[in-house]
This record gives sequence, structure tokens and C-alpha cells, in this order.
Amino acid sequence: MNSGADLGGMAGLGPIAPEQNEPLFHAPWEARALGIVVALGTCGQWNIDMSRFAREDMHPADYMRTPYYSIWIKAAIRLMIERGMITEHEIATGQPVTPHSPMKRKLVAADVDKVLAAGGPVDRAEEGHPLFAVGDRIITINNHPAGHTRMARYARDKLGVITKIHGFHVYPDSNAAGLGEDPKWLYQVTFASRTLWGNQGNDIDTVSLDLWEPYLGAAI
Amino acid sequence: MSVKHDHDDHSHMTETEARVRALETLLSAKGYIDSAAVDRIIQTYETKIGPQNGAHVVAKSWCDPEFAAWLRRDATAAIHSLGYISRQGEHMEAVFNSDDVHHLTVCTLCSCYPWSVLGLPPTWYKSPPFRSRAVIDPRGVLREFGLDLPTTTKVEVHDSTAEIRYLVIPQRPAGTEGFSEDQLVQLVTRDTMIGTAVALLPEGVA
Repeated sequence: MNSGADLGGMAGLGPIAPEQNEPLFHAPWEARALGIVVALGTCGQWNIDMSRFAREDMHPADYMRTPYYSIWIKAAIRLMIERGMITEHEIATGQPVTPHSPMKRKLVAADVDKVLAAGGPVDRAEEGHPLFAVGDRIITINNHPAGHTRMARYARDKLGVITKIHGFHVYPDSNAAGLGEDPKWLYQVTFASRTLWGNQGNDIDTVSLDLWEPYLGAAI
Repeated sequence: MSVKHDHDDHSHMTETEARVRALETLLSAKGYIDSAAVDRIIQTYETKIGPQNGAHVVAKSWCDPEFAAWLRRDATAAIHSLGYISRQGEHMEAVFNSDDVHHLTVCTLCSCYPWSVLGLPPTWYKSPPFRSRAVIDPRGVLREFGLDLPTTTKVEVHDSTAEIRYLVIPQRPAGTEGFSEDQLVQLVTRDTMIGTAVALLPEGVA
């Protein structure tokens, strides 16, 4: 979707102002938020693409002003409410009312190391052959779906070159919508600065994006 | 310091603190999370998974040409061989800086970051100013970090739009011939591996 999270090229957001000697967490709640969201993410009730969609689907003005761990918490609450795991009333009162909703897994402390180490690889058994080869010129699609996509707005309808074939990876547009993993070939595609940014670009720099085959068409 | 702790922020933080505590209590009571597991996750990122892992990868690549070649060819396998296998590091790419090319990593769409080798991302990496500008004005962004690159050095920005995580391998600083891997590790900061800094000069070695 053309969400408030799709920020590439936007102006007026102020200086970066990196905090010197930034602590890992600024307050205890940030640490708890990290742990809660990572733990819930391993429960099998949603996938990473669904959680990304829940985050980017916030009102853009809220998204841009909300601290990142708060975005995570808000999205996790939304995902749990959508699945009937918790209710607004329970959040407001802090008291459990509705019964426990069964989960595929619950992360217990003894399994944390193993589960973090396992991660969530998204490469799948290859099917067929990639349509494009390294060096091929492509043009990205000009598509503005209402659902989740990783085809960043600033790189749509642009000429690029395939610079690497990464493999056969879960397709987020499908996975986020609950339509299955539907894996596709994933490429590194490199764009000239001038192609993306016109007069504001230059003749030397490049930007690469990792893009799935359905985002790409052959350029002549 | 970019973070201002005025009264409003403080009240807001206190309220957020209370809300997150209440949520954790509710989710524990409903049997969805185990607070001991939450503790363990936090401890892992406080003590085991952080930029020291990436610094080891970089220092080893500086000392061991075979490892560097492996890193170029199959960064995932090379990094996993050092034991740095965990979430948000399942699929890795290593990109090598040189006199001619400087690499910079960003995630314009969310906050994708190579957790397995760099740990948790700093706030600025996840925030709109960096994410919006890194792709349209990378040289301006680098200047904001104090890095003014010559116009002849090509900047390659990598927008992490999929599950591939990029690790920038900074150039080995001059004057470090004969340094041990452990000494070299100390020259490799987190920002050098994101691409917003270059490795420290040897004087910086403690």
C-alpha cells in the first residue's frame, strides 16, 4: 500500500540527529516491548509480512510520529484483536475476560535460544527457472495495491539492471494477505541515481532494492 | 543529545511504561507469553547479540583472505560459520567498501537490519529522517554523520526491501599492518557496518 511507512524520497522530516552513546533501551518498556513482540511473533498466529502490514497500515501521521517500539506494540495488539486473542475491553481493564485462544506454539524461556537461532528463513525449494539473468535490464511495475507490497513507491515504473539472483523466496504480497507463501524468484535490482531522482540525482551513485519477479518486466 | 526529556515526554513515557506493563500482565494471564521468555530475549540482545559479532566478521575478513572471499561469495554461510546464526540474519549479503565504492544500508519501508551481526538497530536507523533521505540524498546523510566522500567515490545504497540483510565491510585502516584480529575488532564500530562511518584510525585503539 502507499503507506506512511513507504518513506523513500520523502522530504521535510528533519535532521537524523543520531543520539551519541545511545542506550540499547531508553526505558524498561522498550525492552519489554521488544521481548513481547518477538515472543508473540514465534507463536504461529501470524507471519512477518502480516506484522509488517499491521505496522504500515497505521494512519501516516501517527506512523511518522510514533516511537518504533510503540508501533510494534500497537500492531501486535491489532493482530491479537483481529484473531480474537484479546479484546479492547481487556486492554482497557487489564483483566482477562474471554477464554484463551489456542496458539500453534507458546515460547517458553528454555526454548528462546533455540528459537532465536532458528530464525525464520524464507528461501524455499526452487521451482522453474528465473526469468531474468544478471545484467538484464528490467522495468519495475507501476502498481499501487491496497494490500501489502515491498515494491517501494520511489522505484516503481523505473528502469533497472539485475545485479544478483538471490534465490526463491516467500512472496510478501501473498503471505501478508493470508494467501500462502507463493514463493517467487528474488533479485537484487540496481537503479542509477539519475533514473530514480532526475535532477536531484547524480551520474555516479546507485540504489539497489531486492525485488520479486512479479514486480519486474523486461525492458527493451 | 537529540532526545529531549521535557515534562510532556516524561509523562508520556510513564504512561507508556504502565500500558506495556499492563499488556504483559494481561498476555501472561491469558497464557500467550511467558515473562521469563521475554526476559531471556532481552538478555540475549543485551549480552550476546550485538555489533561485536559483526566486528568479528569484519576483522576476520581483514586478516583472512579466504574468509573474505567466502564472505563475498556466500555471506550467509561464512557468517553462520562463526556461530552468528539468528533471526534477522537468515540471509546475508556482505558488501565491501573500497577507494572507489562506499556502501550504505537502509530500510525505507520498515526497519530491516542485520540483527544477528549488529544487534538491535539504533533509533535513528528506524526513524523517518534517515529512511526517507538515505536513498535520495545519501551524500547529504553521510555528511550529517561527518563523512564527506569525494565526488569520485561511488555511493551504493542498499534498500533492504526483502529478507536479505546487508553487512557493510569497511576498509581496513592504514597503519594496522601486524594488528591482531582482537585489536582490529576495536576499530570496527556499528556505524561502519551500516555504512555511515569509516573504521577508526589505529590511534583509537584502547
